[in-house]
Amino acid sequence: MTTATMSPDVQGVLSGYDERRQNLIPILQDVQDVLGYLSEDAVSRVADHLGLSENDVFGVATFYTQFRFTPPGRHCIKVCQGTACHVRGSGLIVEELERRLGVAPGETTEDLKFSLERVACYGSCALAPVVVIDDDVHGRMNARKAEKLIEELD
Amino acid sequence: MDFEALKTDAQNAWDEFSRPGRPRVLIGAATCGRAAGALDVLEAFRTQLAEHGLEGEVALTEIGCIGLCYAEPLVEIAGPDGRRVLYQSVKPANVKMLVESHLIKCEPVTKKALAVMEGDALDGVPRFNELPVVAHQVRIVMRNCGVVDPTNIDHYLARGGYGGLSRALSMKPEDVIEEMIASGLRGRGGAGFPTGRKWSFARRAEGDEKYVICNADEGDPGAFMDRSVLEGDPHAMLEGLMIAGYAIGAKTGYVYIRAEYPLAIERLKIALARLKERGLLGSNILGTGFDFEIFIKKGAGAFVCGEETALIASIEGKRGMPRPRPPFPAQSGLFGKPTNINNVETLASVSAIMEKGADWYAKFGTEKSKGTKTFALAGKINHTGLIEVPMGIPLRTIIEEIGGGVPDGKAFKAVQTGGPSGGCIPAQHLDIPVDYEHLAEVGSIMGSGGMVVMDEESCMVDVARYFLSFTESESCGKCTPCRMGTQHLLQMLTDITEGRGRPEDIEKLKRVSEAVAQGSLCGLGQTSPNPVITTLRYFEDEYRAHIERHECPAGVCRELIEFEIDPEKCTGCGVCVVYCPVNAITGDKKQPHVIDTAACIECGSCRSVCRYEAVLVHGRSEPALAE
Repeated sequence: MTTATMSPDVQGVLSGYDERRQNLIPILQDVQDVLGYLSEDAVSRVADHLGLSENDVFGVATFYTQFRFTPPGRHCIKVCQGTACHVRGSGLIVEELERRLGVAPGETTEDLKFSLERVACYGSCALAPVVVIDDDVHGRMNARKAEKLIEELD
Repeated sequence: MDFEALKTDAQNAWDEFSRPGRPRVLIGAATCGRAAGALDVLEAFRTQLAEHGLEGEVALTEIGCIGLCYAEPLVEIAGPDGRRVLYQSVKPANVKMLVESHLIKCEPVTKKALAVMEGDALDGVPRFNELPVVAHQVRIVMRNCGVVDPTNIDHYLARGGYGGLSRALSMKPEDVIEEMIASGLRGRGGAGFPTGRKWSFARRAEGDEKYVICNADEGDPGAFMDRSVLEGDPHAMLEGLMIAGYAIGAKTGYVYIRAEYPLAIERLKIALARLKERGLLGSNILGTGFDFEIFIKKGAGAFVCGEETALIASIEGKRGMPRPRPPFPAQSGLFGKPTNINNVETLASVSAIMEKGADWYAKFGTEKSKGTKTFALAGKINHTGLIEVPMGIPLRTIIEEIGGGVPDGKAFKAVQTGGPSGGCIPAQHLDIPVDYEHLAEVGSIMGSGGMVVMDEESCMVDVARYFLSFTESESCGKCTPCRMGTQHLLQMLTDITEGRGRPEDIEKLKRVSEAVAQGSLCGLGQTSPNPVITTLRYFEDEYRAHIERHECPAGVCRELIEFEIDPEKCTGCGVCVVYCPVNAITGDKKQPHVIDTAACIECGSCRSVCRYEAVLVHGRSEPALAE
């Protein structure tokens, strides 16, 4: 893909960084912010920009759990798996949401409405268990409350 | 502008903010407060103040976390009479009453009040410092958390902030290091290495360019001390980072922070912008010729990046994998240059020590563990939240008095400290003083400060399995003992919790644990067996019950339990029917219900919602046996 045909968003991200390797992770984070995921084309452009092989860029991107390689759903539901959430039953919430949405953690529903994810500790342990929906942190959750929150989303 | 002039301006701003008689509303809006609904409460205050025409008169401010997370959302209100009251569990529906009663009529709402912060006493409401959860605490790291507006640098300056930097810049770097050694401060990230000595290695290392890094990659599940400090008082850490930079001879600092902490990142960015405006960051700081820049680097979700060499690789744009040491980062770190890494709490202590002196700091704590330590209290405990206590305080005081004990009259079973690298401390060791040495003696570690309390309904084999599933998935895979060993341990623990354990597994767990501890490349692998080792040490009976009798005494491991409804206690209210995810519960209204054990998935939802304790858990009549 040439610069002329690629997403202007990715071009915008790349123009903010020079070619030093230390910019790789910040660039990937910004690209994911604008696209929602790391497309093959985007990875290829990032590799070009930094003078790295695509292999190298994928190697780094797949190492970190933050990066995804398929388009996300419109709403991202993350269930915290920290210790406090675990002993207060966050496992039940994940299971219930799996059943309800028909997807496993890490997957997106067919209608692209919801992505379900498990995340490592969110640091809101005092309000465990915690569910994060589109960056809003909800504390003192249970399966029913989480389902209600999801029903309210369009 | 010189430092004195900066301070004078800041003092004026602080006096205006905090003067008695100025009505104000402070809302604890750190991530935990927000999770409990603080932003809705903030919006409700905005509406109510506008309705009463008070928006110009009453200051409405978001503050950080004061640590009492169990009572969130917390709101402090100061009325025109100067009395300041802290309200707990405030909901948007309470706001009208609080505004009309406290702010307008100067009549505090006693039933929602948690404590009186300042001013005349209130019947039946204790003073803040007399609350059992607060009385034992000494706040050094958290000196400003929940007190100041974290986005306002004047508040930090007026309360002595950057006084430590100003003092350090008037000293020789070597003397700053001496002062740090004299204070006795040890690294708060977990390992407890003396901070001053660590600095001296980086100071002495040859190199034209050096770096200091703040490790804010707080990855231990169950730990949120660093998040709270960065959200509630980012300057406390930033000042410490600048002092560390000056001491070792670095001009550049990095803050490596988890992407899971967006609010902390936002507060840091604001803090850096304010520092630049005041000339406290950049070139020739305070006219002393000291140049310093700070950059924020966001982590991308890898627990192993809390390890120093992996963190460095991550900043360099590589896979975050550790490498063998030596060379230590102090000789060859970021971009091959001498590098010093400290964690958030360490640096927030550094700024206080430089402001008030090593002797002042060394008065707190024990002979070998000086100062204070923050802990995140979570799990099965009444007062979940963030605390800061002097080193050497008995563990029992933390659990029973500060933490308020275990909820619902359940029995305390163990407290897990140090996250996946730590261990479970049982009831018989509750009287140990909390310091580096005593925690190691009972098989755990200080770690970064997570404390997760377990009660009689927590299964210790399940807890060990939980931590191993964490380390197994976070192992970077570089060295074989950690990559294969954690897998092997997890498999054995899973087998035990699912009824396939064999008698020889206990010895095998111990052997593999030792191999992983001795053979792994970095701290992640070396400490990963600790949860297994300590639970075996104190709760071997529980392992044996799973293995020999296929029983889970705590009633947690699903493959080994069954639920049943006690017809004597069941009132037929039907709540469990609503909550059962697989429709396994049936019964007529107001008649005892029954669970179809064939359909039941043992999730425990019915048990957690039953108000009559009618759902019983017991061992399976036909346990799943080994294949």
